[in-house]
Amino acid sequence: MMINLNINNQRISVPKGTTVLEAAKKLNINIPTLCNHPDLCVAGNCRVCVVEQTGARTLIAACAMPVSEGMDIHTNTLKVRNARKHIVELLLSEHKADCTKCYKNQKCELQALANEFAFGDSIFLDLVEDHSYTIDRSSPAFIKDDSKCIRCQRCVRTCAELQHITAIAVSNKGAHMKISSFHERPMSHVVCTSCGQCVNRCPTGALVEKTYIDQVWDAIYDTDKHVVVQTAPAVRVALGEDLGYDPGERVTGKMVTALRQLGFDSVLDTDFSADLTIMEEGTELLTRLKKVLVDGDKKTAIPMFTSCSPAWIKFVEHKYPEFLPNISTCKSPQQMFGALAKTYFAQIKKIDPSKIVSVSIMPCTAKKYEADRPEMRASGYKDIDYVLTTRELAVMVKQAGIDFINLEPSNYDSIMGDSTGAAVIFGATGGVMEAALRTAYEIVTGREVPFKNLNIMPVRGMEGVKEASVKIEGCTPDWKFLEGVELKVAIAHGLTNANRIMRLVRQGKSSYHFIEIMACPGGCIGGGGQPIPTSLEIRNKRMKAIYSEDEHMVLRKSHENPEVIAIYRDFLGKPNSHVSHELLHTHYVEREAY
Amino acid sequence: MYHVGNLVKDLSDKHGRAKESLLPILQGIVEKHNYLTDEAMVEVARELDISAAEVYGTASFYTFLDTQVRGKYVIRVCKTITCSMKGKGEIIQIIEDMLKIKVGETTSDKMFSLIETNCIGWCHKAPAMLINEIPYTELTPEKIVEIIKGYIQK
Amino acid sequence: MENIGLNKVDLIFEKTDPKEVLTRAFRMSNDEIIQQILESGLKGRGGAGFPTGLKWKYTAAEKEPQKYIVCNADEGEPGTFKDREILDRVSYKVYGGMAIAGKAIGARNGIVYLRGEYRFLLPKLMKELGTFHTLIQEIGYDFKVNYCLGSGAYICGEESALFESIEGGRGEPRNKPPYPTTSGVFGKPTSINNVETLVTAMMIIHHGAANFNQLGTKDSRGSKVFSVSGDTPTPGIFELELGMTVQEFVNEFGDGDTKAVQVGGASGFCVPRKKFQSTIIGFEGVPTGGSMKLFNSSRSMYNVLHNYLDFFAEESCGQCTPCRVGCQQLLKGVEKVKKGEAKTTYLNELVKLADTMKIASKCGLGQSVGNAFRTIVENFREEIIY
Repeated sequence: MMINLNINNQRISVPKGTTVLEAAKKLNINIPTLCNHPDLCVAGNCRVCVVEQTGARTLIAACAMPVSEGMDIHTNTLKVRNARKHIVELLLSEHKADCTKCYKNQKCELQALANEFAFGDSIFLDLVEDHSYTIDRSSPAFIKDDSKCIRCQRCVRTCAELQHITAIAVSNKGAHMKISSFHERPMSHVVCTSCGQCVNRCPTGALVEKTYIDQVWDAIYDTDKHVVVQTAPAVRVALGEDLGYDPGERVTGKMVTALRQLGFDSVLDTDFSADLTIMEEGTELLTRLKKVLVDGDKKTAIPMFTSCSPAWIKFVEHKYPEFLPNISTCKSPQQMFGALAKTYFAQIKKIDPSKIVSVSIMPCTAKKYEADRPEMRASGYKDIDYVLTTRELAVMVKQAGIDFINLEPSNYDSIMGDSTGAAVIFGATGGVMEAALRTAYEIVTGREVPFKNLNIMPVRGMEGVKEASVKIEGCTPDWKFLEGVELKVAIAHGLTNANRIMRLVRQGKSSYHFIEIMACPGGCIGGGGQPIPTSLEIRNKRMKAIYSEDEHMVLRKSHENPEVIAIYRDFLGKPNSHVSHELLHTHYVEREAY
Repeated sequence: MYHVGNLVKDLSDKHGRAKESLLPILQGIVEKHNYLTDEAMVEVARELDISAAEVYGTASFYTFLDTQVRGKYVIRVCKTITCSMKGKGEIIQIIEDMLKIKVGETTSDKMFSLIETNCIGWCHKAPAMLINEIPYTELTPEKIVEIIKGYIQK
Repeated sequence: MENIGLNKVDLIFEKTDPKEVLTRAFRMSNDEIIQQILESGLKGRGGAGFPTGLKWKYTAAEKEPQKYIVCNADEGEPGTFKDREILDRVSYKVYGGMAIAGKAIGARNGIVYLRGEYRFLLPKLMKELGTFHTLIQEIGYDFKVNYCLGSGAYICGEESALFESIEGGRGEPRNKPPYPTTSGVFGKPTSINNVETLVTAMMIIHHGAANFNQLGTKDSRGSKVFSVSGDTPTPGIFELELGMTVQEFVNEFGDGDTKAVQVGGASGFCVPRKKFQSTIIGFEGVPTGGSMKLFNSSRSMYNVLHNYLDFFAEESCGQCTPCRVGCQQLLKGVEKVKKGEAKTTYLNELVKLADTMKIASKCGLGQSVGNAFRTIVENFREEIIY
């Protein structure tokens, strides 16, 4: 059913249920918003989007008002502009506006609104001192600064709707209304996975990642130190967004050049250790399957879950600790890399490991938490010293005055810089599964996976929970026990979807063998450390770029990576060997559920 | 050994474990213990399978679901305009003197808390107050002393 | 302008046989009941004044089989205490009104949302509810009432905030549309009515619409229960015909020195002496849920205004910007003006802010703060400044 209405004297016809905001967008009429976000349900609390509806007693919130037949809307009358000015000024009166010191300077939505609607002196009183705001720096992953909070509740809706955690909620009322953790406890001490999805959606500097830019500069300038940097798959398809590109541009080569120009001593690739992860995890999966199917071992835990998403790990530790034995013991590619950088890499390059500073560029905030986990010291040192988000890297590039767009692309250094297409697809939901299948299937049958161009389409895409099954036939003698087995796999992204799968598993209703879970919507390309803003459209573009990067690579299966072959030959022996277990595998910890 | 989890379980058996059971359960805990401890809120979260932050966020919205320590007898003196006009200030002073606490505080023996509250619906008999759920109206200095003494002796 | 004069009425507390009224009501069709209420001209008695007949008509028209009748007993407007009296003395009429409403709209479930401050009434109310349920069963009508208790939040008197509270959440008002008649408590079609409205509806069915709409004025039909307090020798609740002037009211209830009457509580209008004669108490003049506060010349209107602003700054749910921050700005703003720390012209800016709150706030609380603010500042400016 179509509804006809007028907006600013322009007629439009839209389906029933469309909001005034959406209808205006179709006419290219821009109505400012703040609490509204494409990924979240409508809130209608900031009131920035108020517009005039002829005949109505009050102004209406465009984001929340559905269109009605014959509606007459005006978005920019004097009444509306005066109200908007007041509203933005009211928000500013509660807000600690130290923009020149703030991490979100130039990227803050409140700042942008102030620039448009609240130019000049405000008549309102400064309420910041009355509120005695606090700043929570307890988490290694992010900072919660209440003095910047405008109470839009985007973070609360994100944590509840997208991530099913509700680590933060609206508390109190009236002038005391605020966003709180459980009884104002430090974020490091509540059920929070550090996924950073709230950080991605906060319009101001109230929620930002904990930055380590200064520490990394210090290390770079320290001539005594050898600074190694690794870059996650998802960074190379999103970094450009903070440096002048449209979403979905692959900037891998320029990123490598930029890192070198910043002064990193060795520019290496997390994709290398992603390939390594496939070897270790693939072997682990096949070992478990053998134990279950051949030895009838009831104690071996199936389904097996992937373990590269640290927010997912923390989620299981809090909410489903009985399934910790099901999680692959493999470390994430970041942490595998870290352990090897100060052992294998140091040995080969003849560098004193105590002089190596290991930095990673991640699309993730939980990786900062992961690097800090006490058990992540397999090398004898802290395996990863500093984690920078994609956003932080962009800041460093700007700080160094690098003209990113005009850089010449270059290649990664060796010996941990080579990778295959299977590694880069780790950045998208379904990617780890696809990479694992490309290798495991070939190991078991001696043939390539039966999908055109090795593109396993059933595991790809933005569907919240995906399922697929692969019939294993024509096994080589070593793997006869898998003959005829229908390998059932599932993939979920975003913790709300993860919870759906875990419920089924807990109820005993899951027939899956292997499950990939990414804590962030879209997988790492939608990670908590990626450029802001985020939306389904942007995440789809980044995902497309990931698969494009894969298609353009010469090698597309992890077991073909020559550096991976070399490290097993020269250092690790074979997957799941004693050395592998020491450096590349880990354990997990049960945590409080509520 | 008393554990608030038992109370929470009993209240949940009575009111259910759906979202709409939350307020009756929290009210039941406050009825027994005068305020919500962190432990109680975590138990409610566990029983209803919602986050502790959500329990806290909802409880802290309601003035009577205190999340900070309250005494056995919570005295809420109305401060809205009619009671204010009719002498609530003096009533407050008398109670503060008798109990040796200021508004917002709890006695060290955890017997009394003194709070100011908004209109409780007794404007024609102002000034008025609640002690727990019981209203006391047409308060005078003499009456107040009697009432408080009565509670002290309990 | 019709002028009725001050007439006392005895309708709400009149002794009635519920069995007789309800038996007759249940023999009427849904449409007949709604027609009676429409003809009576009854408007909501909680303060908002929406035509009750229309509300029941819209809810009745919804196809969804599961519907609710909710009784708003969250009386929290400063100066209002009439619902407490009604519940205390004639709860059977509240339940009866709910059952009749239920019949009219097609709801088998009723919920009474009782404010936490009236919790002491609950044992008695539950006992009387038991009696009512027995009676309803005897008559053969399937209708059940449950209680939900509030816990100290004025905003829960707002209909959608009340639903949120019943559903186990914070009392934060919702976006409208959808309206309660389409999507109310638990997302189902709901008619939410004030305690007094429900009792009045039952009495209209009892006595007929004509009896009721003969009283009052064209826009304010019938009679209403008023809660009178402040500087008056006769505080208490009084049932009066609607449509009197404030002057007539003051003649009856004033102490001889009345300088202002606050009609409608903190979210209502302050009527100064010079406007007593020209102001009608009713939906065409100053509407009210019943709260009538008299202030004599010994009272500081600055204190009154400050008290109201302090009230709103505390009781606002806090979700929307104009109300959450606006209340704080108005409160601190008048303090500064009073202390001489801000120019007197600042008051004009604050009035503009109050006007913004009136048109940009998400719910009636924020939209109403400006009523008291404007009327007190306009009529008692010197008391704010000096």
